[in-house]
Amino acid sequence: MNILFSFFAVFLIIVAVIIGIEIAQLEFLFGVIIPYAAVATFLLGIIYQVIKWARSPVPFHIPTVAGQQKSLSWIKSSKLDSPHSSLGVIGRMALEILLFRSLFRNTKAELKDGPALVYGSSKYLWLGALLFHWSFLVIVLRHFRYFIEPILSFVLLLQNYDGLFQIGLPVLYITNIVILAALTFLFLRRLTDSKLKYISLASDYFPLFLIISIAVTGILMRYFTKVDIVSVKELAVGLFSFNPVIPQAIGIMFYIHLFLVSVLLAYFPFSKLLHMPGIFLSPTRNLANNSRMKRHINPWNKPVRIHTYEEYEDEFRDKMKAAGLPLDKE
Amino acid sequence: MSESKIKPGELAKKINYEPPKKGWLDPTVDFKHGSYNFSGIPKNVEYLQLPNPRKWQPEDPDWQLPENWKEIILQGFKERLDKFRSLKIFMDICVRCGACSDKCHFFIGSGDPKNMPVLRAELLRSIYRNDFTAAGKVFGKFAGARELTIDVIKEWFYYFYQCTQCRRCSVFCPYGIDTAEVTILVRELLNLIGINIDWVITPVANSFRTGNHLGIQPHGFKDSLDFAVEDLESITNIKANTSINRKGAEILFVVPSADYFGEPHYFTLLGYMALFHEIGLDYTWTTFASEGGNFGSFVSHDLMKSLNTKIYAEAKRLGVKWIIGGECGHMWRVLHQYMDTMNGPADFLEVPVSPITGTKFENAKTTKMVHICEFTADLIKNGKIKLDKSRNDHRRVTFHDSCNPARAMGLIEEPRYVINNVCNHFFDMPDNTIKEQTFCCGSGAGLGTDENLEMRLRGGLPRANAVKFVKEKHDVNFLGCICAIDKATLPPLMDYWVGGVEVGGIHELVGNALIMKGEKERTKDLRGDSLLVNHLTHEHE
Repeated sequence: MNILFSFFAVFLIIVAVIIGIEIAQLEFLFGVIIPYAAVATFLLGIIYQVIKWARSPVPFHIPTVAGQQKSLSWIKSSKLDSPHSSLGVIGRMALEILLFRSLFRNTKAELKDGPALVYGSSKYLWLGALLFHWSFLVIVLRHFRYFIEPILSFVLLLQNYDGLFQIGLPVLYITNIVILAALTFLFLRRLTDSKLKYISLASDYFPLFLIISIAVTGILMRYFTKVDIVSVKELAVGLFSFNPVIPQAIGIMFYIHLFLVSVLLAYFPFSKLLHMPGIFLSPTRNLANNSRMKRHINPWNKPVRIHTYEEYEDEFRDKMKAAGLPLDKE
Repeated sequence: MSESKIKPGELAKKINYEPPKKGWLDPTVDFKHGSYNFSGIPKNVEYLQLPNPRKWQPEDPDWQLPENWKEIILQGFKERLDKFRSLKIFMDICVRCGACSDKCHFFIGSGDPKNMPVLRAELLRSIYRNDFTAAGKVFGKFAGARELTIDVIKEWFYYFYQCTQCRRCSVFCPYGIDTAEVTILVRELLNLIGINIDWVITPVANSFRTGNHLGIQPHGFKDSLDFAVEDLESITNIKANTSINRKGAEILFVVPSADYFGEPHYFTLLGYMALFHEIGLDYTWTTFASEGGNFGSFVSHDLMKSLNTKIYAEAKRLGVKWIIGGECGHMWRVLHQYMDTMNGPADFLEVPVSPITGTKFENAKTTKMVHICEFTADLIKNGKIKLDKSRNDHRRVTFHDSCNPARAMGLIEEPRYVINNVCNHFFDMPDNTIKEQTFCCGSGAGLGTDENLEMRLRGGLPRANAVKFVKEKHDVNFLGCICAIDKATLPPLMDYWVGGVEVGGIHELVGNALIMKGEKERTKDLRGDSLLVNHLTHEHE
């Protein structure tokens, strides 16, 4: 049900743009207005969300510690999994963000007869996630060759490495293959693992289908249904320089691709894709394990009802006296 | 308990990880006997001035909630979103990757999909989406949103009291989403409409009044210590110096109350006493803060603070320089991550310096409270105590990292260093079950009741299974731990799943090995067990 819902949502998006371009001839809407609106929604939406998060304080110092603390000088502390300094925290966050450190720990529990529990290493999720995210990043950066003229040198470099194998013409990019493989894996995982299928919502399948469609339309355009690349660049450079023009006859595949990307951008700040900015603010990861070394302040430290020693002694004075315990008031 | 009569093999066979066909969005909860706790008794709910004291039980159809319960919950939710960035972030960024799904001991032991940490949090997240997000309002069910109903409340009660706040899931989450934080806050919400459990509420009420969870009054505390002094004397021929509520002592010592009232905790108490006497530590016990543990932390941040206040207040009143804390898990979560923020600054205390070794505990320089394992490890490293490891030769030891010392503090090597210096036979359990990946005893966060026994046994399965592994491989017969709840709940767990493994504290082992000046020859350990080892049973070491 959730899968079908998401599938049809993406399908309708594609139908909408086909009708919009082929029948209604709304090139300016799909080529200029919607992309601008999408980018604005993306940027403003993320800023809004981050401000929304940042406005709530971090009242308590709650890092999840995953290694030896810094205590006695002769015990080696774990500087990255239990960082006690800001540098360590930066290291921990970098490992988390760039290499998905926590996912790398993943195991799979199995219950065998006996009963005997076994925990096998399970790095497929880590690998699939890492390959997907890095390919996505490389592909986005590669696209800058369309956006900015002259082409930036790092884009050319990236493009060269990505096309290292030089298979066919146009050159086959490694990331194109990898991202499709990784996305397929991430989708099949949700489909075949019954636990995952149980927890997956429409909002888990939708971005997967959306990104798969983006990748597929991109690949189709590059290798199969050719579009006029000069026109594409004209449009893209125009958009980037805030001087939009609609060149003639780019081809429908391009508009589908562009609209899907626009939907992804606009959808981003209202969805789980917020994990991208969110991880930077996660208090279990971005705080040092130094709460006994450095006092953490809670801005709303709420006064609470307390039971004082005086009240305690008043209640138990006779018993304390009989037991020979020292008293504040005789 | 009828549940405990189920044979381990049968209980394990009943575990099925295949989720039901029907989705989880429609709230359903089946209060299975043996898998939930009884409600807080009205007298104590009232004593703590918590809302809606009344007689009720979870299996009642009508929970007698206030008329405007929904408004109270949603208002409370909003307030907490504004006060806790953690909650906001954890509600917004989960991608349901499922990495946490089989990391929870309750899921592993029950197979109930709502015990997957991701789904436990979704029980709350679904309401968040419905009432606090645009996507949820527009797309409803398809965005995973659902309306808050009484059945949702019942589901929260059932499943957020099937979370021991152990934080194992948080270690594996790529964003560090911490179910303990979610559980703490949902329990706060439930308390706003008078939903709580007695095994938490009554200890909190006791602790508020008498200073400890067990409700032991000052003279009772003194009796316990006097008794311990006598016991220690009969074993060692040495009368340990102890003092209670003594002003001007250098150090205040705070332990979980079970240490002076429960078994096997008591043997650890004897260990502390022997150690402090031997090194001539100038320290005092306290009746007012006679509880290091903090069941308030299983109710709300407010009650956590309320109970925790006593430690600094007592340190100030007695004029000590700094504080040592005994072996306890959640106690150390509170001391390490909350106490200074809530009840500091402790500017009336000094940066802890061991009077025996001169070591300055820089790691505790603001909170001014040192873990007994840190203190003892330092003593051993500096050669300040004499130890006869062979006195623990009848123990083949493994170590259960308690959740909070491991995942809140990173206290991992200190206890191991101590163990390795007081006994000859130490064997760690497999890597995926110890240190930061340690498994909970299954009874933390206030869930250690008899009525909840089946769930405890299920939740304790991963821990028990790892112990069984080292028992079969290395003949392990002693499970060491540094947590009062562990000491109370691991023995029945071991009896059920493993058999032939005793549970005890690290300072019990220290007390056994400690050579005291002028002691008589030890023929028995602190438990009164003979020190003679049957070497035949350990021939394949």
